[in-house]
Amino acid sequence: MLYIFCPHCGESRSEEEFAPAGQAHIARPLDPAACSDAEWGEYMWFRDNPRGLRHELWLHAAGCRKYFNATRHTVSYEIVETYKIGEKPSFSETVDEPQPQAQGATA
Amino acid sequence: MTAANVYQQRPDDSVKAESPLHHAGFNELAGKGKSGAGVTLREKKLLAHLTLRGDSRDPAFAEGVHNALGLELPAALSLSTRDHVSLQWIGPDEFLLIAPRGEEFAIEQKLRLALGEQHIQVVNVSGGQTILELSGPKARDVLMKSTSYDVHPNTFPVGKAVGSVFAKTQLYIRHTGDDTYELLVRRSFADYIWAWLQDASGEYGLAVEG
Repeated sequence: MLYIFCPHCGESRSEEEFAPAGQAHIARPLDPAACSDAEWGEYMWFRDNPRGLRHELWLHAAGCRKYFNATRHTVSYEIVETYKIGEKPSFSETVDEPQPQAQGATA
Repeated sequence: MTAANVYQQRPDDSVKAESPLHHAGFNELAGKGKSGAGVTLREKKLLAHLTLRGDSRDPAFAEGVHNALGLELPAALSLSTRDHVSLQWIGPDEFLLIAPRGEEFAIEQKLRLALGEQHIQVVNVSGGQTILELSGPKARDVLMKSTSYDVHPNTFPVGKAVGSVFAKTQLYIRHTGDDTYELLVRRSFADYIWAWLQDASGEYGLAVEG
């Protein structure tokens, strides 16, 4: 069980109160009608899936019902910070190289 | 006063009103539990529930609410109470006002008058939810079995109110007295929560007040 700090409630709550809502900081095109299909499709559907620290949108579904951002490591699941929407994160996203695995090695 | 269409939504007494737990028959169950029960359950039914939304960082909003209700805006996760009226923090821009039955129309008018043209919302949600009051020396034990929130008095003192997961669903827990807690339950979950509470409080003995 993870404890996640809700920046609106101001305290840590158990993971089951929260719902993830995908990648954060995706800017909506200012003029959707002027977008090509490729540009609109990119905005609407395509998301990064890196190994490393990632900015994500989370919802405190069972508590204050507000969205906030979290910086989470996609391999270790460690959440290094949470911050309100409109605030700047203090950790940047990183892309970690996968560790090479020996072929046929037994664990 | 805004152009919002405000009208009396509660029918007069010629229309029979039933709480979400009408079928449980609390009046018939009252007094039939064991004496010295560890947990006492009471439904605070058919009260006036109003959702109030506005920007809590705006001093004009806080002042308007104070002028209308005589209550300060509660800080995060807390409850302000005056007489029989309580105002609960739900989120940074959402509050829940609970008042005695039948007062919702007058309170909504007062709020709209005091808040004028501000960007606010007042919605009567009285029919959508109910309150179950748990009291007694074992009330906290029942909560501990039901929620992952830490309800120890160090982290959950009197006057605090939190939304959390409870018995595989969600509700708000309000700590209103030393051994007294209120559960704010959505209407369609009321029967499930009632069944859960009977099961969870079985080992301590449950008494029902009508």
